[in-house]
Parts: sequence; structure tokens; C-alpha cells
Amino acid sequence: MNEGIRLLDPTAETSPVRRERRTPPPSLEGLTMGLLDIGKARGGTFLDRIESHFAGRGITVKRYAKPTNTRTAPVDLAQTIAEEVDVVVDALSD
Amino acid sequence: MSTSFIVVAKRDCPTCELVQPVLREIAASGAGLTVYTQDDPSFPEGVDAVDDRALEHSWRLDIETVPTLIRFDGGAEAERTVGWDRGEWGRVTGLGPLGSGLPDFQPGCGSKSVDPGMPEILEAAFGSPPLAARVIGVSAPEDEHEACFARGWSDGLPVVPPTPVRVLRMLKGTTRDPQEVVGAIPPNNAPCTVEKIAINAVMAGCKPEYLPVVLAVVEAALEPAFAMHGLLCTTYFSGPMVVVNGPVARRIGMNSGVNALGQGNRANASIGRALQLLIRNVGGGVPGGIDRATLGWPGKYTLCFAEDESDPDWQPLSVERGVAPGTSAVTLFAGGGLIPNMDEGSRTPESLARSLAMSLNAVGHPKLVKSFDAFLVLSPEHWRIFKEGGWDRARIKAELVAATARPGSELVRGAGGVDAGVRPELVEDSMTKFREGGLNVVRAGGEAGLMSAIIGGWAASGARGTIPVTREVGT
Repeated sequence: MNEGIRLLDPTAETSPVRRERRTPPPSLEGLTMGLLDIGKARGGTFLDRIESHFAGRGITVKRYAKPTNTRTAPVDLAQTIAEEVDVVVDALSD
Repeated sequence: MSTSFIVVAKRDCPTCELVQPVLREIAASGAGLTVYTQDDPSFPEGVDAVDDRALEHSWRLDIETVPTLIRFDGGAEAERTVGWDRGEWGRVTGLGPLGSGLPDFQPGCGSKSVDPGMPEILEAAFGSPPLAARVIGVSAPEDEHEACFARGWSDGLPVVPPTPVRVLRMLKGTTRDPQEVVGAIPPNNAPCTVEKIAINAVMAGCKPEYLPVVLAVVEAALEPAFAMHGLLCTTYFSGPMVVVNGPVARRIGMNSGVNALGQGNRANASIGRALQLLIRNVGGGVPGGIDRATLGWPGKYTLCFAEDESDPDWQPLSVERGVAPGTSAVTLFAGGGLIPNMDEGSRTPESLARSLAMSLNAVGHPKLVKSFDAFLVLSPEHWRIFKEGGWDRARIKAELVAATARPGSELVRGAGGVDAGVRPELVEDSMTKFREGGLNVVRAGGEAGLMSAIIGGWAASGARGTIPVTREVGT
């Protein structure tokens, strides 16, 4: 496998190299929250606590899990999340 | 003053193999010898060598031939000799006659650090290359061609990924400073350096020797008379068309013959494409964004060809436009759409002029006049008919324009049952198709075929829009 490649930017360099983060919503009120367990040990425990905090604030929560932490989320899972929720919290626990 | 020696060698060099005993002699003398080996760390035998397979030392020492022997006095290079020459090696080392039993002289071999393409790789790795563009990393699993698509850098076809090494090689094609600003590229009027042009030329598939032509093309496109911004924004079909004249066309292998307007020639294809990629990437001119073409046309990928200057009776386009004969130049035209004229019946220049005028009148719309410029691309067989009739470039143009004349009664709105047309008050006039200077002629094409092509200009031809621009090709 190659070790990556460096390219020279052919543009006027007016946009950032990395994709810009999406702006967080000003409020979570009325939004559906997705919690994605990426499959690492005790990630579920962490998300259980998060879920109870959101639920206590009256926010609708849906839970998702990747089949394994060693691979990126299957396209179908990513598309399901995009379809069903407004914001997502990824759990990365170690 | 301390004295030391460096020898750079490689096993894959018979002369380096030959001088192995000499290197052992120098090492045994206690003279302070460092040997850099370019291909095999176990070479030369009997002498400890520094592994230089990365070629960094060879590059820093500016080695062109192996073996190279360098003497350092007080840490500074005092003298060097290349290949094997008994007298020289004895003199440079001060050790007297060396290499008993060897021939007196044997030339060396090429250093791996100067293998084709290697100097730019080493400059990028170890030097301070004159590059200022932002570096964008593409991680290993990502395909570099897909990465270019994903970043929006492509016209829809694959581009050559612009690595620093490729851009450095491209920049060898010009004498100009990579950081010189050539101009502001529309629509965003972003300052464009020679380096940015080189990056996009790499992506377009250009060779370094095309770069001076690309630079001239960019400069011509940025002339206010060319109105590149408006040409980009128009709903009309047009995009820049490039005609190359002069010796550079042959030097870089451009096509002016068979299929000159078609695919298959690298210089033709990539020079035209480089301009379009620059407008997209540096200028930000993207279809659906500022580029509002209703349909566009395939010439917006690239449209660049050389004029056939093989007939001394033909005045080249660039010469007509004021460039000295024998000087290379590019001419840019806002071209949109090709109208064929296949006339296999005309045998006289008069007939052929009238025939071509029928097609010229169709440019833009058959009932509109003075709006659209045109380029007639005259094939060899059609040119032969004019030539045999004694017509030169100026005569052909004048006769063609005259032959486009039609009565206003055929052109006014409603005439022929077509609502489009010229204003009703022109009904009594006789009108030729083009504004003054709006018809251009260039010669290209294969030897066989009684047919020529008309590239139509855009609806804003002339002072209110685009005027063709000619620019000499520099270095």
C-alpha cells in the first residue's frame, strides 16, 4: 500500500483544506438525537448515561450500533441515521 | 589544514567496480575516505560505505557521474574528478600513482541522482523547491484520482494528480519565476501565479515543454478584449478556442493535419484543457455556478489546434494579426459550435466562396447578422481551389464576406415564416453576415476531403464582448 500522497492545491485556496464542520444547531429542542455505539468496550455504558441525560431534558433519542469498531459504518447504517435523526453523538470510549 | 575525501559510486557501474582496489588503497593510507554507495551498501568490497540509496548525499554533492572523487581541505571542497583517470586520482588525492595494474583511463557512468525525472524527486525531498501552493494530503487508502474528483478539481475526466514532483518538472518548462502573478482569473479574479498555472497544466496532462504555450494562452485569455468573464457566464455555447502558430507547434508535436479539431494529440488536447481547468480551479468558474451555458458544447473541454503553415503561399493567421513571421504565437477566439461545409462540387473559387458563405450565414442564426464572429477552418483541398484561382488570404476573406450579402427582405422578422430576424426597417438594405473584421480564416486538416469547418463565435462578438486576441509565446 502506498503511504499517502501529497498534492499541490490547484485552486485559489479560498476554502479550507479539510471539510468544514457543520454548525451545531442553536438548540436541541424538538430534534431527534441519535446515539451511535461504535462497538468499543463499555461504549454502551457511556451512551446509557448520555441517553438518560437527554431523556431527562425531553429529547427523543434513538440508539444505533456499528457491527464492529474495526470498520467504518456500513453505508446502510449511515443512511438510516441520516434519514431518522437530526443530530448524532458518536461514542468513542477506551 | 585537514584533508579528507569523498567518493560516490555504485555497483552497477563497471568503472566503480574497477576502482575498488584504489578505494581500498586510499582507505588504507589513513587519508579520511568516505564512500557513498548509491545502489548496494555492501559495495565497494573491503571499504566501509555509507548507504546512499536515498541519493540525498549524491544530490547534495551535485554528483552527475560515478565514480566521483572529491577532496575537501578544511571542510570545503577543493577539487573533484570523475570517472577513472590514474593521473587525476593521484594528483587530487596527493597519494601519487594509484591502481597499479588498472588501465590508465576509463570513463564513468551516470549517477543515479540524475536519472531521468530523479532531480525533481530529490529536489522535492531534500531541497527547498520554489513552491508556495498549499499541500493537501491524501491518505493511503484513498485513490488519488478519486481524491481530485472529490475535491471538485476535474472537468469530469480524470486529471493527473498534481504532486510536488510533477509540478517541479512542469516548472522546468519555463524560465519564469513560479511566484510571478500572471493575472487575475475570472470569475473570482483570483491572483494566478506561474505555479498555479503549472499545477493545472499537470492536471490537464501537459508536458513541461507545453508550459510556455499555456502561459501565453492564459495571458491572452486575461486580455480585457477577450472578455473571459463574460464568455464564461454566457448562456451561449462558446468557450475559448486556441490556434497555435509558429515553430513551437512543430516543436511540441501539435496537430494541424488529419483530425486537427478532434481527439488524439496530447498537446492539442491538454493545452486547451489547461485553460479550462484554471478557470474552474483558480477562477472558480463552474458550470451551474457562474457558467450558465444552456447547452455548452464539447469544445469547452478543450479546443486547441495548430495552423497548417506548410504552404508558403499561405499567410499564417498570426502574421495577419501582426506577429513577425517565424515567431510563435497563440490566438484565442470565443468559439461555440462547428458547422460543417462539405462541398465536393465547386471547382472555382467563386463557386466555393458562395458555397461557404451559405454555411457562414447559418452561424448563430441564419437570419441574424453582425452579432456573431466566425472562424473558417479551411481544409487543404478547399484551399487548393482558392490557390489555383490565385486567391490569397485577404482575397478569400473579402470574397466570402461579400458572398454572405443578402437582401433585408429575407432577413427581417417574419420573413420566411420565421419570427426571428433583423429589425423591420432594414427590409430595403442588403446585409453581409459579419461585423468589420468578424470573419477569420485559418488553415488546418487532412489532405483528403473537400470539406471545411466553421467555428461560430458567440452572440457578443466584437467590442461589446469578445475580440480575438493574439499573444506571442515566450519562454
